[in-house]
Amino acid sequence: MSLRITARTARRILRQLSHDRRTVAMLLVIPVLLLTLLRYLFDSQPLLFDRIGLIMLGVFPFIVMFLITSVAMLRERTSGTLERLLTTPLHKLDMLLGYGLAFALAAAVQAVVVAGVAYWFLGLDSAGSPWLVGLIAIGNAVLGMALGLFFSAFARSEFQAVQFMPLIVLPQALLCGLFVPRESMVGWLQAISRAMPLTYAVQALTEVGQHADPTNLMWRDLGIIFGLAIVALFLGAATLRRRTG
Amino acid sequence: MEKTVEVRDLVVRRGRREVLHGISVAVPPGCVTGLLGPSGSGKTTLMRCLVGVQKFQSGTVTVLGRPAGTPELRHAVGYLTQSPSIYADLTVRENARYFASLYSLSNAEADRAVHDVGLADAAHQLVSTLSGGQHSRASLACALLGSPRLLVLDEPTVGQDPVLRDDLWRQFHELAKAGTTLLVSSHVMDEAARCDRLLLIRDGDLIADDTPDAIRTATGTSDLEEAFLRLIRAREAGSGKAQPTQEGKAQPTQERSS
Repeated sequence: MSLRITARTARRILRQLSHDRRTVAMLLVIPVLLLTLLRYLFDSQPLLFDRIGLIMLGVFPFIVMFLITSVAMLRERTSGTLERLLTTPLHKLDMLLGYGLAFALAAAVQAVVVAGVAYWFLGLDSAGSPWLVGLIAIGNAVLGMALGLFFSAFARSEFQAVQFMPLIVLPQALLCGLFVPRESMVGWLQAISRAMPLTYAVQALTEVGQHADPTNLMWRDLGIIFGLAIVALFLGAATLRRRTG
Repeated sequence: MEKTVEVRDLVVRRGRREVLHGISVAVPPGCVTGLLGPSGSGKTTLMRCLVGVQKFQSGTVTVLGRPAGTPELRHAVGYLTQSPSIYADLTVRENARYFASLYSLSNAEADRAVHDVGLADAAHQLVSTLSGGQHSRASLACALLGSPRLLVLDEPTVGQDPVLRDDLWRQFHELAKAGTTLLVSSHVMDEAARCDRLLLIRDGDLIADDTPDAIRTATGTSDLEEAFLRLIRAREAGSGKAQPTQEGKAQPTQERSS
């Protein structure tokens, strides 16, 4: 693999994104709108908004990057560009890391804008630093990207690709402790919850919300998120086949 | 003379259908070889084998002395897919520059390739807004990058206006003169006459492998379309299938050993 090709691939993906102004606008505006909605929904319970708003800051990038990557990757597969790329000196890892880099950057911009609005205009409050929230958001984005890349291999059409969102993301959102505390779930649900990446993302964000300094649990969870992202990337690499039937 | 491409007894199944039934072809260096046959005859499948993206059941595919698809060949083989495979949401220039960067080429070289296919005026246009012909030329520009030693072009001239088509064929011959080996597929026979050599395939079998002139002589007609027809008829006629003509005459012979 080559750093130069990886960087050019990341740049190419960002260029594609930048030509699609509406998508860029939606990436930034939709989370802000939803957070604003939450802010007024919990108008009388600012502490609840602090908890849920914070978690949403970390979860948006996961969902959005999952969706965008699975569709973008599906396009690479169906338009023949992936096959063409694999006949060039490009290495599979250049491609995967290119996507990782590009979407991590996109997620960072999204996190800065959305967190900025949340902290300054919506009165979101967390004990820990907003920068840690941003870091976790980027970790989640990379994880969502990696999972999207992997699952895109199982979709034949964009219709199918978007269906993976409720399949992969919703159960995680339900079981991550956002709606029901994990301790009060039945045993087998707790076990499933422990196996789901988003659980650790939410736990890490909750830690930042409650503690002024980064805790060990938060670092451990962040490590798990990035670790799982790397595992998913390698699984994704296995789905990029040079030779097909 | 060392062949640029050497395919032996290649059998390819796609799904349940056998697309190529033990085909053997050779492509000599430094000329334009036409791969002709009706659509569905296995042209694309054969080309995919040469660039190393097609699984095959048996046989060997050797390109520039190495098994097709080995990493060293990725610098040496340019491939144009049948349906244009470039990014619709990038401009022509951005596409060319990205593909150029994969071969460690400069932006200037990318821009020259865009110019060479006659798209200099459309360089800043998004590919999704191009006409069909422009779209496939933009894809062609990306395949020409880096002066590969072997160019595998799957129907590069479909949908192009006659003037541009003429221009493209002239470019192919210029490239061949400079030492590039080109394999160009087409399903229109009027392009056959523009090739130095012809490979005619039908239903996954090779029907002829010769120069246009030799095929004309062997079949006794100056019209290549008619020649192709006679070869097929001879093959299907009572005595069995025609042997692929090798450096000589296309004569109906005994059943091909299979």
